[in-house]
This record gives sequence, structure tokens and C-alpha cells, in this order.
Amino acid sequence: MLSVALRKRREGFSLDVAFDAPTPGVVALFGRSGCGKSTTVNLIAGLLEPDEGHARLDNLTLFDTRAGSRIPAERRRIGYVFQDARLFPHFSVAGNLRYGQKRARGIEQRIGFDQVVELLGLAPLLERRPHQLSGGERQRVALGRALLSQPRLLLLDEPLASLDVARRDEVLPYLEALRDQLSLPMIYVSHQFDEVLRLATHVVLLEAGRLVAQGSLEEVSLRPELRAIVGPDAVGAVVDGTVTNVDTTRGLAEIQIGRGTLHVGAREARIGAKVRVQFLARDIILATQPPDSISVRSSMEGVIEAIADDEADTKLVRVDIGGPVVLARVTSAAVDALHLQPGSRVWVLVKAVSMRGHTFTAPLEPGAR
Amino acid sequence: MTELLTPEEIDALLLSLEVATRSVFFSLPLAVLVAWVLTRARFPGRTVFDAFVHLPLVLPPVAVGYVLLVLFGTRGPIGAWLYEKFGLQLTFSTAGAALATAVMTFPLMVRAIRIALENVDRGLEAAARTLGAGPLDRFATITLPLMLPGIVAGAVTAFSAALGEFGAVITFVSNIPGETRTLPLALYTAIQSPGGDAVAARLAVISFVLGLTGLLLAEGFARRVRWKLGR
Repeated sequence: MLSVALRKRREGFSLDVAFDAPTPGVVALFGRSGCGKSTTVNLIAGLLEPDEGHARLDNLTLFDTRAGSRIPAERRRIGYVFQDARLFPHFSVAGNLRYGQKRARGIEQRIGFDQVVELLGLAPLLERRPHQLSGGERQRVALGRALLSQPRLLLLDEPLASLDVARRDEVLPYLEALRDQLSLPMIYVSHQFDEVLRLATHVVLLEAGRLVAQGSLEEVSLRPELRAIVGPDAVGAVVDGTVTNVDTTRGLAEIQIGRGTLHVGAREARIGAKVRVQFLARDIILATQPPDSISVRSSMEGVIEAIADDEADTKLVRVDIGGPVVLARVTSAAVDALHLQPGSRVWVLVKAVSMRGHTFTAPLEPGAR
Repeated sequence: MTELLTPEEIDALLLSLEVATRSVFFSLPLAVLVAWVLTRARFPGRTVFDAFVHLPLVLPPVAVGYVLLVLFGTRGPIGAWLYEKFGLQLTFSTAGAALATAVMTFPLMVRAIRIALENVDRGLEAAARTLGAGPLDRFATITLPLMLPGIVAGAVTAFSAALGEFGAVITFVSNIPGETRTLPLALYTAIQSPGGDAVAARLAVISFVLGLTGLLLAEGFARRVRWKLGR
């Protein structure tokens, strides 16, 4: 368990947040620029001092102002990957990687040099100088350097924000691999929801220095507070499911979600694999009868839990599909015409095509690592 | 070499190099410390301290020499103590000449080092900290190497200026051949002597060559370092 409570006043800004998150796992600190995400991780790392508060990782107190205890930043063993990489320009890549490792002598080496080089694909870069690297390579080296310092917690402060889309897509799989192969708690700061979607197990939503929501990604994806940050078009439930069948000739995979089955285009899916699916509310169609003879192949039976106001002429309908809940954006007119109300039985229809770019590898269960 | 220069000229040249070397060698660590304090430390009286460090730049060198004479003379408060405890006499000695040039060139050195320190990305120090480096470790492995170009530039500038320091030296340690008669003092002596024009001209050329060499070396080194850091 990672338990954090912080208060910090700075000129024109005050931060007051508290959250608890399961470990290991990836906690996403999500919010707009300037909402206090970076201040939060700097306080946890010890690069800033809180006015008041504590941070505890499992049984270890990193600092607690009330008890007057604090581990200095340099002995806190918290790996930190900065947005701007911050590689040491006077060392080679190998020198950068070894910097933290050398200072972690005497600590149990949970991750070795060769393992990091292999995991992050750094072998061809070792002799180079930081200024000879691309942005994506720099971030991979920074990641490796942080890992080799044998951290108990890894902080990633918008590590992809300074990269273009292609470089981002180059680094993201490494982050996923890290999450699934090392049982290392991580805090991932981002203002890009698609990164959170791919990586997070737990989400902490911040707005103007205050916590507005926290919970698993599934829970937070249903929270109305998220909409203000991601915008109405990105509202949608995130649900984890299991691949039950793969039709390689048609490039389609069947994913079991709740009681229903979802068909998505996927060539590389593996039966039994856990996947994470985002159902954008605007892409979902509701039917009051089992659909027949339409092109949409995925239909999941469910029961309406609640109907909430959305935009002026639409409603946001919460549908329980046998455990998981999805959100559907439906016009107010349709709600009236179909007599939709809490308790109504509906079928949730999803176009396979609309799931492109919204299906990801799910994080492994902690026990499965 | 012996045919090129007279023994007196060689003496003055070697003495100048010795004085400048000793002056830079002893004042450099102190200059790094003072630059660090002026850049990073926040304490009351910092502005006054800053002004005090830069004072030799604006004072007449003769005034600096006079203050040194008062403080470090054999009957001065520091000079008497040094002589009693260590048998060290600074007046009329090469060591005294080195002290006078060190005081005069100190602000130049501090300025160059300070600019270098201000340009060190503190984010890199923070990164080193998260990687387990304590304050001294960070200074030695990150801050110092990154400000090295500035330290070298400061040292070379100070060395070149030390070769030419005149007023403070002649006031504090006088003009003794082989002991305190550095290049500029020899040059001055030659100008003062009847028929010394040729000697003066030769000494001026030596000073010119020395100064130019120093500046070129400094620039070459700075380029090498910049290339290494990829800037």
C-alpha cells in the first residue's frame, strides 16, 4: 500500500491531496498542467519539503511531518524519470546507467545491468553520449538509470510529454513491459489520458491542487469529474476482459466482458490474454430488444443503473453488463422514445471498427507476475 | 634560449611564471568556494561580501599593496603571527608577490567560476540526488565537472593577469631582482634606466607572447570541453 497525504503552499498555489493505492501497481496522477502533479511527485521524492503530511510505502515511512521523521532524498531510494530525461552530459550512456547502480551497492540488486539493457533495448547505445541520442532513446536511458538505482518506488513525471507521437509509441511498450515484468510500484504523472489508459492500475484525479477522484481505472473512468479534464468526446468506461477466441483469418478476436462478448479487430491476440477495453460513450448504441440482422456483431445484455444529464440534448446512461459498467451517450429524445429508465433491460451494441486504438494489454494481476 | 634572452630576462620570466603559478594554485580552491557561496548560499550580508570580493577590481592596486603591507608586514597583525609561528616572511619575498597577485586576480577568477556555476542545470543535481548521491558526492561528480570549463577559463585569465600584476606587487614586496622582480617590474626598471629601451622592448614582446598563448590555450580547452558535452 502506498499512502500519501500532502499539504504544500507556494506562491499563488496550494496543494492538498491524500490518496492510498495498492502496491505494486501503476498509480496514474492525472490532471491538467499546473494541477499539482509534479509538485506531488517532487514531495514524494524529497526534492521539495511539504508543509505538512506523510508518505508511506508498505511498512516504510518516507516522511511524516507529525512524527518529525524524514529520509533524505538521496537515501529514499525512489527512482525518478523526469520529463526532460536529465541525463548527465559528461557521462556516456553506460556511465549514466551505472551512476545510480554504483550508489546502490550493498542493497540487494533486484535488477541487474544486463537485464535493464535487455529490457529497454539499450545495447547499441551504451558508448554514446547523451547529446547523440534521440528523445525516445534519452527517456529509455533515463528509465534504465532510475531502475538500476534499485528503487523501491519509481516516479515517472510525464516521461513522454516531450516526445512526438512516433517516439511516444516507441517508448510506451517498454513502460508496459516494465509494469508487467517487475513488481515495482510506480507513480505515473500524465495529462494524456491515453497513456493513463495503457498503463495505470489506479488513478488519482487532480484539479487545481485538490484531489477530485481516485480509484481503479475502471471506477475512475465512470466518474463525472473526469469529463471536465478529458473533454466530452473522451468520456467512456474502461473495462478489463479476457480473450476467448481468435479468428486469425478474419483478424477478429472475441473478448469476454461481463456476460457479453465483444468482437474487436486484433491480429496478435492470444486466447486467455487479459485485455483492457475503452468504450467511448459516444460510440455505444443501446437497443431494447436483442438486435438482429444489423452489421454490429457485438451485443451485450445489461440493465440500466442510472441515467445522468450530459450535454444539453443528450443523456449519459450507465448500463451494468453483468459486473462491469459501461456508459452510453444517447439523445434525450431516444431516452424518451424507448422509455429508458433505471432497471430497463437493454442491449449494448459496439462496432468492432470503433474499438481500434481502444484495446490494450491489461496489467497482470499482482499474483500472476 | 640563453642566446635569445639575457640571464636577467630569463630570471624575470621564470619568476613571473612561478609567482603566477603559486598565486593561481592557492587561490583557485578558495575561488571555487567563494563562487559557490555567492551563487548558492543565502545569508545576511551577502551583498556586502560580494562587493568585498570584487573590491580589488576597483581599488588602485597600490592601495591593495598598502593594505597587504599593513596586514602582512612583519609588524602587521597577520604578518607578525605568520613569522612567529611558521617563520614565514611575506614582505620582500616571492611568496608575498604571489599573495599580492592572488588578491588582485581573485575577483576575475570568482567571476568566471560563478558564471559557470550559475549555468549548471540544477535539475541534473536533483537527478543525482534521486540516484543516491549525497551533497559532496553531487558536487564532486556533477557540479564540479560541469563547471570545469569556467574554472579553467577563470584560472587561465587569472594566471595571465597575474603575470602582469604591477602596482600591488611593487608596493607590497618591492622590486628585488630574482626575488620579486617579475616581468612588469623588470620592464618598468628597464624603462627607468638610461639606455634600457631595447631591453624594455624585448620584455614587452615576451609579455605579449605569454598573454596571447594563455588566451589561446584557454579557448582551445573550452572548445574541447564544449564538444565533449555536445554543446
